[in-house]
Amino acid sequence: MVAACGSRTVKVTAKPEEPKLDVTAPWIDPDTFWIRGTAVQQRPLSDALVDTDAPVIAIRNATILTATGKRIDNGTIVLERGSITAVGADVAVPAGATVIDGSGKFVTPGIIDAHSHMGVYPAPNAKAHGDGNEAVGPVTAHARAEYGFWPQDPQLARAVAGGVTAALILPGSANLVGGRGFTVTLRPGTRTSAEAAFPGAPSTVKMACGENPKRVYGEKGGPQTRMAEYAAFRAAFSEAAAYAAKKSAYDNAWALWQIKRTRAAQLESKRKDGKRIAGETAPEPVPVDLRYETLAGVLRGDVLVQVHCYRADEMAQMIAIADEMGFRIRSFHHALEAYKIRDLLAQKNIAINTWADWYGFKLEAYDGIPENAALLTQMGVRTTIHSDSAIGIQRLNQEAAKAQAAGNRAGIKIDDDTALRWITVNPARVLGIDAVTGTLAPGKRADVVMWSASPLSVYTRAEIVIVGGRVAYELAKGMRASDYELDDGRGP
Amino acid sequence: MKVAAVFVALVVSVVAFASVAHAQPVAIVGAKIHIKPGQVIENGTLVIERGRITAVGAGARVPGNAKTIDGTGKVVTAGLVDGFSGVGLVGIDLEPQVVDGRFGAMDTVHSDPVHASYQARDGFDARDVNVAIARAGGLTIVIAAPAGGLVAGQSAAFALDGSADPVRAPVAMHVALGASGAGALGGSRGKSIELLRELLDDARTFRRDRAAYEKNAKRRMIADRLDLEALQPVLARTVPLVVDVNGESDIRAALRIAKQFNVRIAIAGGAEAWRVAKELAAARVPVLLDPTANLPSALDASEVSDEAATILNKAGVQVAISTLGASWGARTLRQLAGNAVARGLPWDKALASITTVPATLYGLKGRGTLERGAVADVVVWSGDPLELSTAADAVIIAGVVQSLDNHQTKLLQRYRRVPPATAISPSPAPRTPAPAPSKPPAPAPSAPSTTPAPAPKPPVPAPTTTPVPAPTTAPVPTSPTPASPTTPTPPAPPPPGTKP
Repeated sequence: MVAACGSRTVKVTAKPEEPKLDVTAPWIDPDTFWIRGTAVQQRPLSDALVDTDAPVIAIRNATILTATGKRIDNGTIVLERGSITAVGADVAVPAGATVIDGSGKFVTPGIIDAHSHMGVYPAPNAKAHGDGNEAVGPVTAHARAEYGFWPQDPQLARAVAGGVTAALILPGSANLVGGRGFTVTLRPGTRTSAEAAFPGAPSTVKMACGENPKRVYGEKGGPQTRMAEYAAFRAAFSEAAAYAAKKSAYDNAWALWQIKRTRAAQLESKRKDGKRIAGETAPEPVPVDLRYETLAGVLRGDVLVQVHCYRADEMAQMIAIADEMGFRIRSFHHALEAYKIRDLLAQKNIAINTWADWYGFKLEAYDGIPENAALLTQMGVRTTIHSDSAIGIQRLNQEAAKAQAAGNRAGIKIDDDTALRWITVNPARVLGIDAVTGTLAPGKRADVVMWSASPLSVYTRAEIVIVGGRVAYELAKGMRASDYELDDGRGP
Repeated sequence: MKVAAVFVALVVSVVAFASVAHAQPVAIVGAKIHIKPGQVIENGTLVIERGRITAVGAGARVPGNAKTIDGTGKVVTAGLVDGFSGVGLVGIDLEPQVVDGRFGAMDTVHSDPVHASYQARDGFDARDVNVAIARAGGLTIVIAAPAGGLVAGQSAAFALDGSADPVRAPVAMHVALGASGAGALGGSRGKSIELLRELLDDARTFRRDRAAYEKNAKRRMIADRLDLEALQPVLARTVPLVVDVNGESDIRAALRIAKQFNVRIAIAGGAEAWRVAKELAAARVPVLLDPTANLPSALDASEVSDEAATILNKAGVQVAISTLGASWGARTLRQLAGNAVARGLPWDKALASITTVPATLYGLKGRGTLERGAVADVVVWSGDPLELSTAADAVIIAGVVQSLDNHQTKLLQRYRRVPPATAISPSPAPRTPAPAPSKPPAPAPSAPSTTPAPAPKPPVPAPTTTPVPAPTTAPVPTSPTPASPTTPTPPAPPPPGTKP
């Protein structure tokens, strides 16, 4: 197979040279100085579907909105060992199941937020807690939200109470490349990032264009202008490509060296004097550069690219860079002007994460309109309503309802299922976890919310939130306070 | 109905700038009308003449020349009032050219934390993009309020009809205690409270004998003459002191100051105000709050409650729901009120919290209600005004039907159809991704003993685009394959490590 892709051959001498004797230089084991941190074993996404300790739960008589285009009135949904085993109007409840009466209630998939800074910008808002922007240089692709994520952030439990079951925790937008995102499953009581991680979720990287990086670095060595921002992206990816090529060359050299070593060992074993054969020094590994590891991952297509970008022209700049450098942009975030280039976005199959009605907080956000999500959806662009806010994440259902209303008012018909998709299966797709969550269907992960009424009403509350088959929140019991919030209990 | 709406849109440009006195009478017919919170009529008629509500009821007579708005299926309320707004002051948060009344800790001109003489009436920009957008969202009056420092200055009430003149100004003096006030004074909360006391005392001393002050025969004052002058309406109780404060202990300090100086106060923010509900009710101190602000964001005010509005209301405190200084977020005001209802605040109280309560707090007479004789600030809603699917179908300010056009509706109009494809230059076709194999080429077998040796002229790893794989520092190796392909090779020691 290796030969098959070889474009050139190496001249091989006909007869092996006799190995030199009496040399004790050992073979160098490259693994002793090879940093393997970047080769973390990826769990399979299917791990998200199994939780053998999770109970069997059935919600009956509820209006079930599946986010698959199907609405089931008076339906039943069964959750077993972490995943959905049945959903429909005529479903048998397994013996021993905890049965919840869903009369008058609505059941939806768990809400997923494609853009959150919970855990890296936690409450209380203190300098000691500012772990979301490594604002020391414009490209910090090595940084990871996972390392800065504080599982005791009191904001997390509030998001769960709003029906959120998974979120993409992103580094901030100070940097062109802020670092890797962290896809979490929201289950109060997690103590570590590892426990919070959504099993098997693909890696993501956060990038940002426009005002923020130039504001942060304008007087810190640049980029000071958009001119230099887009040049810096190109430079970073060019360097990453060179790094990837170097590593690839090393990998090849190492493989070749292995073959030679095997041959030498074979020859050694034939020797009667027991003397060892002098080996060739192993090829020197390319020092691991975690920044380039992330960007090389982008070039390989292993890392999903999430770009903070507001203006239409800037999104087009990023698309041009992606095309030149040979990577795909998974989605733009905020993207208040996405509606202006919705044909281009549809053509490139790039998803958009935006708000219902934010605009005007900075110049590049001046042209935001409430119909953005509806216009994009009409064009076939995969659209999500994201929060970027620990307040907003608590009512993404309301934000979707507002964007739906704006669309309908403009004559763009957005039905309830479509609005629901904006906050469930579409963000799941942006995060690369839609194979296991985001809809209510047998075989999907049991990320489920039971609402007091239609989730698109301002008066509706999430009553029961189930994350991965376990009850994570019950309105009747209140939310689980984070460790930080435990107090003397004296009350007012 | 639709016809009526279109008609409204057509006449808007004509009437919007007509003077109130000459405005055509308007009648809203057949709507559910919330005359004031708690007083509702179904299928009612509301008549507006010369800027005022002249009749409201089930059988109100419609003047012959009135422009009629079909209210069938609609809900009519007084225009919404945000009691602490940035509309007109903060055009774009990050652009100082259009940010007014947002002070850093220190006044850079006077190098002190007291901006009492600042007047939002002067800072307000009626052409701010947010004015028309908030108006289209059903807001008719905002209290344009300054913020920052220990004393931020005087707020003003503006109608969102494009008028550069306030409805009333000043309407309050804004100060901050707690971390924000203390931040202006090197971090001491106690010192910020002490300084506020001294300031009020100076203002009182100043009032007693202005002549002495002018002759410089007074002790040293900590504020400038204009600041001391600006504080007089507070001492005279004609405007309240709105205290931006979150922590319980600071709220209690504010109550003590109110008592000591006999001034009216209101609490803004009030994250922990619910913990002081009884005392606030007893002192008749209203609270301006955002019911969705439920994060323990500040270390000095971490006891937040989702149900603060409900608790305060139950205790008898007047609650004004507010965005607390938002400009682009102004139109979310009714959503905030809806969320308070979802957490137990009675619906009527929620409506009051964004109409009558702020209007009363700031002394806006005849505003915030639809009673006969009131100034006609009216919104015709497509449904329940607190519900998310609802929109404002018509907005009337002081009797004039307003345009609902704004920067955003114009953008929608322009981009309602996708621009011609030629307007977007196609980007080049995607290049094949740079080769960066995630896995190295197949390594040598780790147990050659069990594997028949490969044929001579072995494959040499050489992927498509990488340069010569052989290390440049070492000579090209001799044949790496066993000499004899036919002879099984003896076992070789397993390699010390295999790469993944």
